[in-house]
Amino acid sequence: MIPLLGISSQALFGQLLLGLINGAFYALLSLGLAVIFGMLNIVNFAHGALYMMGAFCAWFLLNYAGIGYWGALVIAPVIIGMFGMLLERTMLQRIAGLDPSYGLLLTFGLALIIQGVFLNFFGSSGLPYAIPKELSGGQNLGFMFLPNYRAWVVIFSLIVCLATWFTIEKTRLGAYLRAATENPALVRAFGINVPRMIMLTYGFGVGLAALAGVLAAPINQVRPLMGADFIIVVFAVVVIGGMGSIMGSILTGFLLGVVEGLTKVFYPEASSTVVFVIMALVLLVKPAGLFGRTA
Amino acid sequence: MTLRTQTIAAPSRAMPRRSADELIAMAVLAALLAVAPFVVYPFFLMQALCFALFACAFNLLVGFAGLLSFGHAMFFGSAAYFSAHLAKVWGWPPELAIIAAVIGAGVIGILTGSLAIRRQGIYFSMITLALGQMIYFLYLQTPFTHGEDGIQAVPQGKLLGFIDLSHQLTFYYVVLAIFLFGIIAIYRIINSPFGDILKAIRENEPRAISLGYKVDLYKLVAFTLSATFAGLAGATKAIVTQNASLTDVHWTMSGEVILMTLVGGMGTILGPVVGAFTMIGMQNYLAGFGQWVTVIQGIIFVVCVLAFRRGIVGEIAHWFKRSL
Repeated sequence: MIPLLGISSQALFGQLLLGLINGAFYALLSLGLAVIFGMLNIVNFAHGALYMMGAFCAWFLLNYAGIGYWGALVIAPVIIGMFGMLLERTMLQRIAGLDPSYGLLLTFGLALIIQGVFLNFFGSSGLPYAIPKELSGGQNLGFMFLPNYRAWVVIFSLIVCLATWFTIEKTRLGAYLRAATENPALVRAFGINVPRMIMLTYGFGVGLAALAGVLAAPINQVRPLMGADFIIVVFAVVVIGGMGSIMGSILTGFLLGVVEGLTKVFYPEASSTVVFVIMALVLLVKPAGLFGRTA
Repeated sequence: MTLRTQTIAAPSRAMPRRSADELIAMAVLAALLAVAPFVVYPFFLMQALCFALFACAFNLLVGFAGLLSFGHAMFFGSAAYFSAHLAKVWGWPPELAIIAAVIGAGVIGILTGSLAIRRQGIYFSMITLALGQMIYFLYLQTPFTHGEDGIQAVPQGKLLGFIDLSHQLTFYYVVLAIFLFGIIAIYRIINSPFGDILKAIRENEPRAISLGYKVDLYKLVAFTLSATFAGLAGATKAIVTQNASLTDVHWTMSGEVILMTLVGGMGTILGPVVGAFTMIGMQNYLAGFGQWVTVIQGIIFVVCVLAFRRGIVGEIAHWFKRSL
């Protein structure tokens, strides 16, 4: 162990890793928010609740269907994504064209309902979810002990984020998506089913949140309010990064996770507020956000 | 660019504001509230009046400047903590504790407002939410708030040295006076030239800028005024309920004030009052349902946004083609 600035390397790199993991969740959630905002012009307040539902879905699959972590990693995002599409078709669609604030209010209400229902059935305490046995244990890197599961979360999230970026920025499907974001009427005139695209986009964004939920289940316990405060931090991340850029969302997410982790090492009292302080500073210096195009 | 087909809280454009209707409605409200404590439990009324004032303050911002704040609990809760601390620990008389707390809330309003107005629309809401959460964490950690316990057993004391606030009916009329002062002041602000410019900004911000108005300054003043009145509500509430706790600064409180205003009718004078009484009354009746109250609140949110965007007072006003 090499001490660094009076702090053991295990503590420093351990927190750094935790920060990276939180950053991975920030990135996955803010990425979903950005994609949804681009297409639906709605800031999805229910994102935290849907992230929680992803974790619960994994728990249900394990305890009632006997489907383990790897199955849940695929099935839970699909189920929750479909639930999201149902929400879009039955409710969000009806407020399209209104001021975006109504979208925020509607999804806030949905978040209250979802979290309230889960609180009623599960209380506020957490349910355990075991790390899959393939990923238990860890590596001793000399300067720190690296749990396999945590390394997996960071790498896998990064891959998912980059794949999403690639799909949106570099493929034909992504081109349609970007076009529909800019001018839905024109894209519709070309014979592309824009309403279905909107529905699928919302489902995809929600699926990303659910995926983050499944990844989080073995690290944080499965709790009804696991997304309630988390989503507010993600909003701050989104304000810092700006929702205009996909890569911006990913970078800002990971960056702020790391900053938060470092704060936990050097000044733990501020660790819960550091993201908000950074948001305030960014607003003072660069109001449009680090990667924002316009306000 | 997206077309803005309806700005939030914009009343039907065809309807001219008729202040005579509003004045009559306010007089009726004041008369009703003056006799209410003989029919309804005064403690419930005092609590409801505090939240009604809070909702009116919030409505000043969302209904007339079009700025949807998701962090108004920070002003309400901060002022509650300040007045509770001043009255209990420093032994200040209630009027000074409330005034100092209101000034404190106003200062927080200037600081957070100057940050939040740097972004428009949906970002404004997210920034206020995040700032509110930051303030919440600060209160969670500072010792004077006593963390989860909150500040309890706040003395009610004697107003101006001779009005005994422990006498409930006396206290009720004091709270009613504070409430009426607040709502009349807000009414004056809305119907002033300043209020007209706020509405212009709400309807079309770029045009207001092109007409030469310092839009940011107007927004900041509106934000600070709203924060100040929210502070008045919170400071009074701390003396009424004799406690200040983390509940008052949590984001759920910001959500509740939004819900009250939405249910009553955003952008109407009396809507927030009606909404606050409805929601506080509902909470009293549903207290036995535990967590289901949150679910019911969520359902009301969804129903209001989908089918009932004008709110109770807004619908009535629309029905009778009056402005209330």
